[in-house]
Amino acid sequence: MSDLEQFRQETRVWLQENCPESMRQQAKGFEDIFNGGRNPEITHPEQELWCDRMAARGWTVPHWPKEYGGGGLSKEEANVLAQEMAAIGARPALTSFGISMLGPALLHFGSEEQKLEHLPKIVRGEIRWCQGYSEPNSGSDLASLATKAEDKGDHYVINGQKIWTSYADKSDWIFCLVRTDSSGSKHEGISFVLFDMAQEGVTTRPIKLISGSSPFCETFFDNAIADKKNLVGEEGNGWTIAKYLLTHEREMISSFGAAPKKSVGQVALDNIGADASGRLSSSILRQNIAQYQLDTMAFGATMARVGDESKAGKGLGAASSIFKYYGTELNKRRNELNLAVCGESGLGWEGEEYRQGEVSRGWLRSKGNSIEGGTSEVQLNIIAKRVLGLPDA
Amino acid sequence: MALVLNEEQIMLKESAAGFLAENATVTHLRALRDSNSERGFSDDVWNEMAQMGWAGIAIPEAFGGLGYGYTGLGLLLEQAGRNLSASPLQSTVLIAATLIGELGSSQQKEKLLPAIAAGKKLISLGLQEGSHHTPHQSALSATLSEGDYILNGTKVMVLDAVFAHTFVVIARTSGAPAEEQGLSAFLVDAGTAGLTVERRSLVDSRSAGALVCDNVRVPATNLLGALGSAWVGLSRALDIANIGLASELLGVSTEVFERTIAYLQERKQFGRVIGSFQGLQHRAAELFAELELARSIVLKALHAIDEDDPALPLIASAAKAKLCEVAQRATNEAIQMHGGIGMTDEYEIGFFIKRARVVQHTFGDYNYHLDRFARYSGF
Repeated sequence: MSDLEQFRQETRVWLQENCPESMRQQAKGFEDIFNGGRNPEITHPEQELWCDRMAARGWTVPHWPKEYGGGGLSKEEANVLAQEMAAIGARPALTSFGISMLGPALLHFGSEEQKLEHLPKIVRGEIRWCQGYSEPNSGSDLASLATKAEDKGDHYVINGQKIWTSYADKSDWIFCLVRTDSSGSKHEGISFVLFDMAQEGVTTRPIKLISGSSPFCETFFDNAIADKKNLVGEEGNGWTIAKYLLTHEREMISSFGAAPKKSVGQVALDNIGADASGRLSSSILRQNIAQYQLDTMAFGATMARVGDESKAGKGLGAASSIFKYYGTELNKRRNELNLAVCGESGLGWEGEEYRQGEVSRGWLRSKGNSIEGGTSEVQLNIIAKRVLGLPDA
Repeated sequence: MALVLNEEQIMLKESAAGFLAENATVTHLRALRDSNSERGFSDDVWNEMAQMGWAGIAIPEAFGGLGYGYTGLGLLLEQAGRNLSASPLQSTVLIAATLIGELGSSQQKEKLLPAIAAGKKLISLGLQEGSHHTPHQSALSATLSEGDYILNGTKVMVLDAVFAHTFVVIARTSGAPAEEQGLSAFLVDAGTAGLTVERRSLVDSRSAGALVCDNVRVPATNLLGALGSAWVGLSRALDIANIGLASELLGVSTEVFERTIAYLQERKQFGRVIGSFQGLQHRAAELFAELELARSIVLKALHAIDEDDPALPLIASAAKAKLCEVAQRATNEAIQMHGGIGMTDEYEIGFFIKRARVVQHTFGDYNYHLDRFARYSGF
């Protein structure tokens, strides 16, 4: 038996013995996803058990090195683990910005001490992280950010305001872009610092969105303290890290529109019916859906192709901008079509008969996809300049 | 199969690009057009292509081909699209050889495929009759008479009609119009009594034409495949043909796009290069994203042929519909962004938009294939 096959056998047995029955089904919506943290939100008592068991083997983040608490698995082994989890319907034990965003940045830019300090806590789900990027006056023009960090020897004193901080009210620590120097160009003088949110100088206020939910916050810093040992990279070099992380974020957001179980065309057929030839009886809606499904298929093929190319050693390049732009626009189209296809039932806001407004709230939430993580227009700027080589105005 | 080209395919693509850019460019096409050439392509260039094995690239080795699969042929067609290279690659290599491979008896294949692979035999499909591609409605009739078949009717959009040695003519031998059953395929040699080949001048300056069959008599041995049962093989050959044409459209679209970007970087108005205007930048960037999608769906579709994917009809229509859409947008934007110079015959962009529309129309346009894609998607 090959090593990989042996690994598969052992993994299968271990999962059978350790994955609680309740965790062998996909999460029911965003709220049902386990994010960890000091005061974790629990929708099922076995979420923590599942996370602890997986974390003990480093399998909450299977591909991170063992010395930082990860699973230390090769790409092939990580694939096997994913396949074996899928085979029994096991959900991810832990999902967090620590895993998807801060971790990759620390692995790339962090000092050894920082990696040893922060990565194991991410793996174990002990600390929940949020991202402090946008400010009220620095949205698309992120590099103009003004939150100020004053050098006080062994620490910084931070004053200013962030906005659109995802789940800041539920997070324990923040990775934050601050201005340590305002004498040079706006891209210089930005630093990337980490600090604890549980301190007097930090307050958060959730923002209620048009969808009714409050995933984002305003975050205020009034003499908040960040230890200098938690400055990542060099002082003034934060923009490089920020850009690196934005690439990760874009990829994450562009996959929000993952295809649902039933295609829009099928839902339309169920709701509206077919004509004598078997075609959806609303011909213009049918064309719109067909074009959407066609583009979805071509987009899926592009994700697969770029994935294969990057395995073959070609870089992702500006592909993340194309994915962000196209993926989010597609997701908005899907939600608009979903609303059209559902008709009256899609307009419901509350009540069991409308599944608490699942359709309408999802539709409203999708409008943010082409704004967060860099607007569609910013992505088009990036493609025009960095890929096509078109000059600045 | 991973959605990337292997070493061999990359070499093929590069050598094709080099050869065509040297020998079969828009300049050559313009010269052919302006000399009123009946042929529509250069025999010398075709002979060289055949010597390089292109004529038999997708034909199995058992029949004298390279057995290189359709991904290889797709790469050639893409390069042909980039250069607007005129040759029988589409009519004979992509379509006729595929159809003969699908429908022919082993005897017919042994006779015809090696000759095609050697570049000696040019064959073209006669299918369309009306203004649009409606294959199952073929009405050209074939009736049995003293052991022979008598063909009557007309075909249009027959690619390279003027110089094809033989035609595969789709005829109705039984059943009602629009029925899939009852369609048959016949081999009809050019020069057969009663067959008139008319040259038709289309916008792309190639050599499409019409066939008029007036009591054309062909022996029963010329039947390709079983009587009345051509549909399944024809349908698969058309799927493959449309994927090949999508590859050509990918080449056309990529080329006009790159030429347009180069123009945006050099043309100055209001004291600056026009490529610095955001209104043009965003349109160019959106088009670039669409071209990336187009490239992916074409590669996926080529692999679907070579891997015998059962979803081929859906994927073929997806690829053709998407490439029709993208090619239309790319060529229209190319003219608009070039401004007045793009409207001149002297400039080459016009040749691309003309070719694009003919390829888009051939074997079903965007409307046809988006509808078909929806049907295969179940709605």
